[in-house]
Amino acid sequence: MTDLTPHGNTPAKLGYSPVADVPHVLRVSDTDPAAAKRAERQIASMFLLSMFLVVVFIVAFCTIDKDTNVYIPVFGEVGFLTIVLGFTSGVSILLIGTGAIQWAKKLMPDVEVVQMRHEMTSPQDATAEAAANYERGKDESGFARYKIIRRTLIGAMALFPVPLIFLLRDLWSSPASGTLTPDEILSHTLWKKGERIVVDETYQPIRPEDLPIGGLVSAVPANLMEVQEVDGNLNARGKAAIILVRMEPQEIVAQQGDGWDYQGIVAYSKICTHVGCPIALYEHRTHHLLCPCHQSTFDLANAGAVIFGPAARNMPQLPIGVDSEGYLVAMDDFNQPIGPSFWERG
Amino acid sequence: MSTTSPVETTGAAGATYLDQRLGSNKFLARNLGKVFPDHWSFMLGEIALYSFIVVLLTGTYLTLFFKPSMVELVYDGSYVPLKGIQMSEAYSSTLDISFDVRGGLLIRQMHHWSALIFVASMTVHMFRVFFTGAFRKPRELNWILGVVLVTMGLGAGFTGYSLPDDLLSGTGLQIIRGIVQSIPVIGTWGAFLLFGGEFPGTDIISRLYPIHILLIPGLILALVTFHLLMVFTQKHTQFPGPGRTNDNVVGYPLLPVYIAKAGGFFFIVFGVIALIGGLVSINPIWIFGPYTPDQVSAGSQPDWYIGWLDGALRLMPNLESHIAGFTLSWNVLIPSVIIPGLLFTLLGAYPFIEQLVTGDKREHHLLDRPRNAPTRTALGVTAITFYLLLFIGGGNDIIAAAFNLSYNSIIWFLRISLLIIPPLMFVLTRRICLGLQRRDNAKLLHGYEAGRILRLPHGEFIEAHEPLSVKQLAVITSKNDIAPLPMPQKTDIDGVKNKRYQIENLRSKVSHFFYGENIPLPSAAEIAAGQAHVAHEAAIEAPLHAYEDADQIENFHGGVLHHPGMAPTNAAQQDER
Amino acid sequence: MKFLAARRRNPLVALGLLLFALFAVGGGYAAIANIQPAQASASSQTQVEEGKRLYLAGCSSCHGMAAQGTGNGPTLLGVGAAAVDFQVGTGRMPLAAPGAQAVAKMPSYNETQVAALAAYIASLAPGPAIPTAEDTRFENADVAQGGVLFRTNCAQCHQAAGQGGALTQGKWAPNLMQATPKQMLEAMITGPQSMPVFSDATLPLKDKQAIISYVNNLQNASSPGGLDLGRLGPVTEGLFLWTAVFAALIAAAVWIGIKAR
Repeated sequence: MTDLTPHGNTPAKLGYSPVADVPHVLRVSDTDPAAAKRAERQIASMFLLSMFLVVVFIVAFCTIDKDTNVYIPVFGEVGFLTIVLGFTSGVSILLIGTGAIQWAKKLMPDVEVVQMRHEMTSPQDATAEAAANYERGKDESGFARYKIIRRTLIGAMALFPVPLIFLLRDLWSSPASGTLTPDEILSHTLWKKGERIVVDETYQPIRPEDLPIGGLVSAVPANLMEVQEVDGNLNARGKAAIILVRMEPQEIVAQQGDGWDYQGIVAYSKICTHVGCPIALYEHRTHHLLCPCHQSTFDLANAGAVIFGPAARNMPQLPIGVDSEGYLVAMDDFNQPIGPSFWERG
Repeated sequence: MSTTSPVETTGAAGATYLDQRLGSNKFLARNLGKVFPDHWSFMLGEIALYSFIVVLLTGTYLTLFFKPSMVELVYDGSYVPLKGIQMSEAYSSTLDISFDVRGGLLIRQMHHWSALIFVASMTVHMFRVFFTGAFRKPRELNWILGVVLVTMGLGAGFTGYSLPDDLLSGTGLQIIRGIVQSIPVIGTWGAFLLFGGEFPGTDIISRLYPIHILLIPGLILALVTFHLLMVFTQKHTQFPGPGRTNDNVVGYPLLPVYIAKAGGFFFIVFGVIALIGGLVSINPIWIFGPYTPDQVSAGSQPDWYIGWLDGALRLMPNLESHIAGFTLSWNVLIPSVIIPGLLFTLLGAYPFIEQLVTGDKREHHLLDRPRNAPTRTALGVTAITFYLLLFIGGGNDIIAAAFNLSYNSIIWFLRISLLIIPPLMFVLTRRICLGLQRRDNAKLLHGYEAGRILRLPHGEFIEAHEPLSVKQLAVITSKNDIAPLPMPQKTDIDGVKNKRYQIENLRSKVSHFFYGENIPLPSAAEIAAGQAHVAHEAAIEAPLHAYEDADQIENFHGGVLHHPGMAPTNAAQQDER
Repeated sequence: MKFLAARRRNPLVALGLLLFALFAVGGGYAAIANIQPAQASASSQTQVEEGKRLYLAGCSSCHGMAAQGTGNGPTLLGVGAAAVDFQVGTGRMPLAAPGAQAVAKMPSYNETQVAALAAYIASLAPGPAIPTAEDTRFENADVAQGGVLFRTNCAQCHQAAGQGGALTQGKWAPNLMQATPKQMLEAMITGPQSMPVFSDATLPLKDKQAIISYVNNLQNASSPGGLDLGRLGPVTEGLFLWTAVFAALIAAAVWIGIKAR
């Protein structure tokens, strides 16, 4: 094709790609100058609107209070500033895009051109020259010849990254726990004999009569608040959080130890033995404890046994009793590590 | 040259300045007219690139305000339901960005939406590349880069949404701790090194921060650069069509058309992100509350791209082994470590697997139609089905709550489906592809059905067929008929045993699995004959068309008798009615 | 008439007839089947007696003649007026159909009757009383503390935004967006269905009022970031992404590639 259309159907010359041998249909804007003019106006008005919306953005930013809400149908009650800023900036940017694309579609030549590919493999002489240069370099370096130099170099390079690996060891420096290994640390919580059980968040101690049948309390050790102050983190809470539930004593089918309940009140860890999400979803009629993360279900009337879901271990139970003042206390720490399993768990 | 504007003169001077220092005019000469093929599905990778740019820009803005510290403080900002509550500085600074920085919530939401779009578009782009066989030589390395990029996208997203230290993402971190801990031998140490001790510790947020803003984006930028460089030097693939061969590229030049279209698309993607960033709420962390390890919300899910892993954790049966005093948590290792490891490895290795079974060492620049590679397409569909079933599993409690179902039933249904439905989809997809190949052959030999019914003079009804257009012919005949690798001989002619018999036998068997069922194209002569025959038959109809437009009406088979005052042509009479 | 006759074979006629028939039958049924709760009989003396009469008529088949419980329904001795007010007032009781759990629906009894039933059950055995207006006042409660307590005690079942959640075997924790303060308080005190009982000893009334204040805040909260997609978290956000957002982006890509007319 060598005939020129009004918008330039460039002939093959001087590095311009030749026109492809494919069917081509002229556009309205190619043949009708009025249509081309309309297209030009349409594109320019898109850019104009974009500029205008930037002005609206600036005005909105400076005048709308950040706490104002506005009611918009379908959206409901929403933040006014965010909506206006998002709308103006979004449409403004969008219009630049649509303008540019309309320009390409309507006014720039839509004649397909063709370019030849070249095989990726390099020409023979280049490969030969590379090979020859490599041989020269290998000879001159003597890398093949000097065996001892080569081997000791490899050794030195191999050991080069080793200091970094050692430097990473103190990602966990363990002053607080002394010489305890991770699995030993994981195996103990704050609970011990005589530690009072208190309501989470309010730290109020609990008497057995405070808990009705079917009741549920999220609880923590009484000393948790001061331990958290000293530690400056939530680690102790993450291990010591428990739930107390009460059922009729005859409903308890099994426990993890004799007499670990107190008059039908049982205490179980709040951390799922699957991968560690906290569980407090207690269905009191069925005594089932349900984890919202992956739907592991435990039966608290039956030693915390897993009855559904991906958890493989029972929920650890905390033995409880009452102290001399009649408040609920732990009788010991858990007899197994709480939370997710690990290699050394046994 | 027409009259030059001052901008052009300056520009020319600038180009000369650079050329004298960089030799850049050579590059411009070669590339200003570089031809790029045009198809909408080639823009999916562009969506990924542009959303990544938006992620970087909005993310940089956020770094000016976010404080990656787990130090506890009491909130004193303008969000009333959290006033006076203890929370980490990370969470508090995110609340400040959302409520006390004008436009902060817009940028935060844009950042999160563009991150979702980034991973989603990489995924869809990956599907396009897979199903059209664009990963074949010479683009295998680019495919591997892509797999690494999508993995890093997952990492960037996960580290990113964990930074605000809210209850939802913190629960995700707790799960990560459980997963790391379950790794044999090194798990507990790994978890302690990662979190700086027990969970949650005070280090994890400030450690995720440089990973999220520096390491991963840096790696992504570097790899994307190589990814695009390869596309540039190898030239983009193209769909088969008229004028398109394996040795050329047909499309539009970089300047001006492609720059306008690609540049315009950047603004469109940017604009859409800004629009939804302001109009649609995402990640309202103020509702979840600050993170503490003994609270959780019902319906806790990770962002969509991690959903399949969460689903895998939910669907896995509770297997755990105790051997010699050690615990192996299969219930955690299989869904979190083994399955994703296998999936990503297979994904990355696929081009090499396919090359091994075809023995095809040619360069491929013309894309495959998915139907022409039935086993590849079926394998892809199987993998996607498996992924989708896991993905649905990740939302089982929300589905149960929304549709009043029992999630116990949903979980069991999905467990069984995982075993049954993917193989079913494999068989189904392959059958459909082969069926489509047969239909293509029928089109080649008999033309395409034009949808017009003709009644012949002796009463027979036939459907009119038309010869294929140039474009259709080019597309259908682009098929590569790949023969499976031949079975090896146990011994060669001289009776010497073939040492590589076992491997070659296996290779041949897999090759037969891939390409044994194939509907080969008819020969060129057969196609030409078929098309000519169809064209001849179509010509029979020609007088009928002439009749429709004719000014004179003659009494003709099925014609309408003409009365004075009636419209002259049949077509006009139809319009009147 | 000619207008209709000319269009008698119009395909829309069938649709129109169908709609008309549906509305006629539905409307007619609604008009004549206006379920009137039983009128209080002139002979009942006190509220308790009225409650007993209603109880025997509508509840005793499942809960026993003396509210002692049967195989079909638990004992009501000791559940208190609060439980009756909650269950019957929200329409959960009487149970519409057996299922995973009772569904809240249009109450079958009016306020007077609910009060009567509650009084009767309360008379049988002591139990939690119906909260007074003073009990449910939350204006002075600390909404932020309420949030902390909500997230500790309630969010794991009812979801952080009170949108509800799934329990085992098809049960669910309901959405709280329509719950009144009285209903919330009654639920916390009586532990309906699967919900645990939160006694005033471990969760004092002051704390319960804070929780109510927080839920009230959730019910009336604006969505600062725009359309809130149900406040269900990443699931609905991902759904929106893969439908609306991707539709828009791919539509744009297709538009770019289409040849201009």
